[in-house]
Amino acid sequence: MDISVQNLSKSFGPKRVIENFSAVFREGETTCVMGPSGCGKTTLLFMLMGLIAPDMGTVEGVPERKSAVFQEDRLCESFSAVANVRLVCDKNTDEHTIREHLTAIGLGDSLFVPVSDLSGGMRRRVALVRAVLAPGETLFLDEPFKGLDDKLKGFVISYVKTRAKGKTVVLVTHDEDEARVMGGNMIRMERRITPTDS
Amino acid sequence: MFAALLLWQILSMLLAQKLLLVSPIAVAVRLAELVVTAPFWNSVAFSLLRITAGFFLALVAGIVLAVIAGHVKVVEILLWPYMAAVKATPVASFIILSLIWLGSRGLSVLIAFMMVLPIVYTNILHGIRSTSPKLLEMAGLFGVSRVRRMYYIYIPHLKTYLLSACGVAIGLAWKAGIAAEVIGIPSGSIGERLYEAKIYLSSADLFAWTVAVVLLSVLFEKLFVHLIKIAYTRMEKV
Repeated sequence: MDISVQNLSKSFGPKRVIENFSAVFREGETTCVMGPSGCGKTTLLFMLMGLIAPDMGTVEGVPERKSAVFQEDRLCESFSAVANVRLVCDKNTDEHTIREHLTAIGLGDSLFVPVSDLSGGMRRRVALVRAVLAPGETLFLDEPFKGLDDKLKGFVISYVKTRAKGKTVVLVTHDEDEARVMGGNMIRMERRITPTDS
Repeated sequence: MFAALLLWQILSMLLAQKLLLVSPIAVAVRLAELVVTAPFWNSVAFSLLRITAGFFLALVAGIVLAVIAGHVKVVEILLWPYMAAVKATPVASFIILSLIWLGSRGLSVLIAFMMVLPIVYTNILHGIRSTSPKLLEMAGLFGVSRVRRMYYIYIPHLKTYLLSACGVAIGLAWKAGIAAEVIGIPSGSIGERLYEAKIYLSSADLFAWTVAVVLLSVLFEKLFVHLIKIAYTRMEKV
């Protein structure tokens, strides 16, 4: 089922961040939401995920089971990469699969190291594997490749494209290159922070 | 430590009155005499069992109540006056009331319980309240079960709060528990030995038993904190 948003509006205090926004995110396809910082991309994504309620408008078609990469890694610091991924997996995902994914993304030597001891780029990759392996067919990615160097970024994007194939992916980014390499549909948002009373 | 002992020795020599200030050497000698006797260990076992029982019961009750209060606001509101009253009431009032209600044998269990409960409850509740909302939001989005949230998010976060609570509560449980025994004088307890030291004006016995209580309290705290840390290390190695 496609995810569709109709006439979404959202304000924070006097600032209107999103106004009358409508879009469709096709089932099983990747949609990149592009736009400059502060244009409301993350707000839109949070409304899609059900973490923020819109002031007006509707969001339809978001399934119960979903996964995400937030702007922050949001990892359980004292646990290993394997344990962090296991946290969100169901019984159908065995330990071998978790290790295989983490190894495929270049974390084979750090499977059981507490994530608090990992570098920023390594932690980002743990968060990505966690989102990819979580049960559910919808993936919300908020600047997921932030903090990765160019060489690693290409490698990680390739991993996400391969492993999330067939899932509905909503990628928020302000990086044209990331959106181009990820492919799929494109939605552009413009900066629209205006006082609500104007 | 050595300087303090030396100062104590000099002061006791200057005073030259065993009743007022017994020397550390005399205390050490008296303690050495006591530890080789069966009554010493019987008294230690009597008080240790009861005070640790009170501590563990309060630990479990405090954690359970804090977990419930952390998730159900009305429970926190209902518990607040009780916890505030327990914290503010003089321990002597509890001791006398407990003597009337329960008699002297189980007195130190209840007093240790009453002293430890609000400390554990307050610390754990504060820990639950300060758990990262972003981690909880992530867990909610991924549909992580309550059990897994407890294991991966809450319990690791509560480590410092639990250690802090135990650090304070163990010492307090021993202090209040022994004070209760001195007032209630249950037969065969450390409190009874301290009471006898007072009756017979034996400063050496008083100091020797006090040293024994301090050692028991410190050893118990070190052991318990060490066991908690081991449990956490094992848990986080999954």
